[in-house]
Amino acid sequence: MTTATGKKSSSSSQPRDGGRPSDQLDDQRLLELLYDMMLIRRFEERTMQSYMQQKIGGFCHIYTGQEAVAVGSIAALRPDDPVITAYRDHGHALARGMHPRYCMAEMFGKITGCAKGKGGSMHMFDRPNEMYGGHAIVGGQCPLGVGIAFAIQYQKLDRVCLCYLGDGALNQGAFHEAMNLAAIWKLPIVFALENNMYSMGTHIERGTSAAHDLSVKAAAYDMRYAECDGMDMCEVYDCFVDQVARTRPDEGDPDNSEGPVLINVVTYRYQGHSMSDPQKYRTREEVGEKQNEDPITTLSRQLMDQQRATQEQLNELDAEAKKAVLEAVKFAGDSPEPELDELYTDVYLEPYPPYRKGDLPQMVEEAEDRARDGDGRQKQD
Amino acid sequence: MTTTDRKYQYREALREAMIEEMHRDERVFLMGEEVAYYNGAYKVSQGMLDTFGPRRVIDTPISETGFSGLGIGAAMYGLRPIIEFMSWSFCLVAADQIINNAPKMLYMSGGQFGVPIVFRGNNGAGGQLGSTHSWCVESLWAHVPGLKMALPATPRDAKGLLKTAIRDPDPVFFLESERILGIGAHGDKDFSRYLHGKWAPPEVDEDSDENEDFLVPFGQADIVKSGADCTIVTAGRPLHFALEAAEQLEKEDIDCEVIDLRTYRPLDLQTVLQSVRKTNYCVVVDQSWPFASVAAEVAMQVYEHAMDDLDNKVIRVNSDDVPAPYNRRLEQEMLPNTRKIIEAVRTVTYNT
Ligand SMILES: Cc1ncc(C[n+]2csc(CCOP(=O)(O)OP(=O)(O)O)c2C)c(N)n1
Ligand SMILES: [Mg+2]
Repeated sequence: MTTATGKKSSSSSQPRDGGRPSDQLDDQRLLELLYDMMLIRRFEERTMQSYMQQKIGGFCHIYTGQEAVAVGSIAALRPDDPVITAYRDHGHALARGMHPRYCMAEMFGKITGCAKGKGGSMHMFDRPNEMYGGHAIVGGQCPLGVGIAFAIQYQKLDRVCLCYLGDGALNQGAFHEAMNLAAIWKLPIVFALENNMYSMGTHIERGTSAAHDLSVKAAAYDMRYAECDGMDMCEVYDCFVDQVARTRPDEGDPDNSEGPVLINVVTYRYQGHSMSDPQKYRTREEVGEKQNEDPITTLSRQLMDQQRATQEQLNELDAEAKKAVLEAVKFAGDSPEPELDELYTDVYLEPYPPYRKGDLPQMVEEAEDRARDGDGRQKQD
Repeated sequence: MTTTDRKYQYREALREAMIEEMHRDERVFLMGEEVAYYNGAYKVSQGMLDTFGPRRVIDTPISETGFSGLGIGAAMYGLRPIIEFMSWSFCLVAADQIINNAPKMLYMSGGQFGVPIVFRGNNGAGGQLGSTHSWCVESLWAHVPGLKMALPATPRDAKGLLKTAIRDPDPVFFLESERILGIGAHGDKDFSRYLHGKWAPPEVDEDSDENEDFLVPFGQADIVKSGADCTIVTAGRPLHFALEAAEQLEKEDIDCEVIDLRTYRPLDLQTVLQSVRKTNYCVVVDQSWPFASVAAEVAMQVYEHAMDDLDNKVIRVNSDDVPAPYNRRLEQEMLPNTRKIIEAVRTVTYNT
């Protein structure tokens, strides 16, 4: 366990006793999850490089350091559980199964991107993979997540909406209204607070009341609360498996749910807030210290300590991730730009002049083709 | 006071205006996200925390409704807040406070409570920021009576207008542009040909009180370039597009008169009408969407008052009527860019 500000208490290094959900994961599955984290890491490295080369523009927020959060929490979901997040969203998109090539092409502003180059880095949407976006206004996704959860409840489905937010969003009105609505109507939503301790240059202690004990935020809304170490994929997974199960209603019986939960996932972002942040608000030592708890190194070490994987295997996985990312960059680079008249598509579903109906992104069409062929929603690579 | 063409950035102008007014008036304070310790997300308030301390240069959490409403309350109670929005796009979450409370308080209270506040920040497309972060709020908010709205296009006007805004007893919506914050720094295109003597404000003389007197009044348009053939009316960032267009059109022997309105509320219609009476043609350029826009309003007022002086219809140049795209080429195409202004002037003057 960690405290809200991320200081590790001794319990997180306790030996695993075989009773946790992550102990039930077989080697193959664990290696897949490790691969997903490596993929995000390598993807973000190329994202930064491409940004420097001005192939990517606008605001671009890098996810390195936080990989275990998206991967561990999404692994605890079913494929039909909806996910929604903020603008630091490449990791969630990839963990949810978006092919890296569509993610990269989006940032390159290409027609082959997940949003046809219209959304950019902050707006990763992937309907086939139940990813309801990337949202750029801080806190804005929280009411949307509540709306998705409302629709689940209304239709008496047995799904859970996973709604991520940054610690900065704790101070936005939309978050508080969303929490209250979720609580009074017992909606099936899991709020995953990605607490990386900073909103831009503002440390959580400076901008957020009760930063030392965020459980009171949930208590204020009579909501369940949990916390976990976001630098340890297995811990994240264990926590989310448990909480998602408690929130998940029965099919046809929406009342049979313990309702929403706020999970404080303590993590750290290695890079600056966005690509243009001189980071004068924190020391190199602080960043270095956190990098010593690196989530990829941690899981790799756990796997090797338990003799579930060899260094060689891990190297191979990483090489595979690098290769996938290179392919994505090449795909993005080779893809065409949207035509200028794409400006006027996707404004309406029933357009009137001068608007026109748009085509769905290549990513969606391919997924729908695959679904017709019977293997829809399957993760590629 | 001397007038110079020295290298001078728009962001320096904003900073100088705030610093001078904070020295002058103890009631003035600056509040917003990352304005203090971070020195401003766009380095506008750089150094101000050191100068004034955390009592007067105040970092906030990401709570726009909270701190903009706080500003309004503080203004009702005698202070003179400057509330910075990192981007005007983020004012939308605080819409109720800024358009329901600030501009109506005086009226609702029968003249008892004024709201001397400045809301300021970047407005308009910042460069591939996508549709939620590229708001041009001028048409949206200029609709509301009770507020004043300034949108400086040069550092000189940025300084003079901001000082006026801070002293103004009414709520002022002060719209800056990220795209011009840094120009004029190191030989970037600054149209000194047209803006001769108009780029930088008078140099600050530390030992003189006269610095305080550099104010640009509201409701006074500036004829940035005079010309005989066609009037281009604009304000804010599109002024730069308009000047570029005018420069190119000169080569085609079309002599444009470029008018920078500088404030939309109040609107200096007289300067526009005088110009239209001279040129008989009018193009209005505004970076917000065309539907119910400031450009539509200006064009309508020209029709109302100078119909008989027009030799053709008025043409509006706005952003395309679509959400802002991320893709760079699409975004450039969407903006009221130089090409569109040139085409509009050619069309309106029958030079096609
Ligand atoms: C309403 C609103 N205000 C300001 C911003 C500018 N902004 C973007 S991200 C950010 C910091 C958010 O920090 P946090 O929620 O902790 O997420 P993190 O960046 O750490 O992932 C700010 C201030 C915004 N996007 N929306
Ligand atoms: Mg954060």
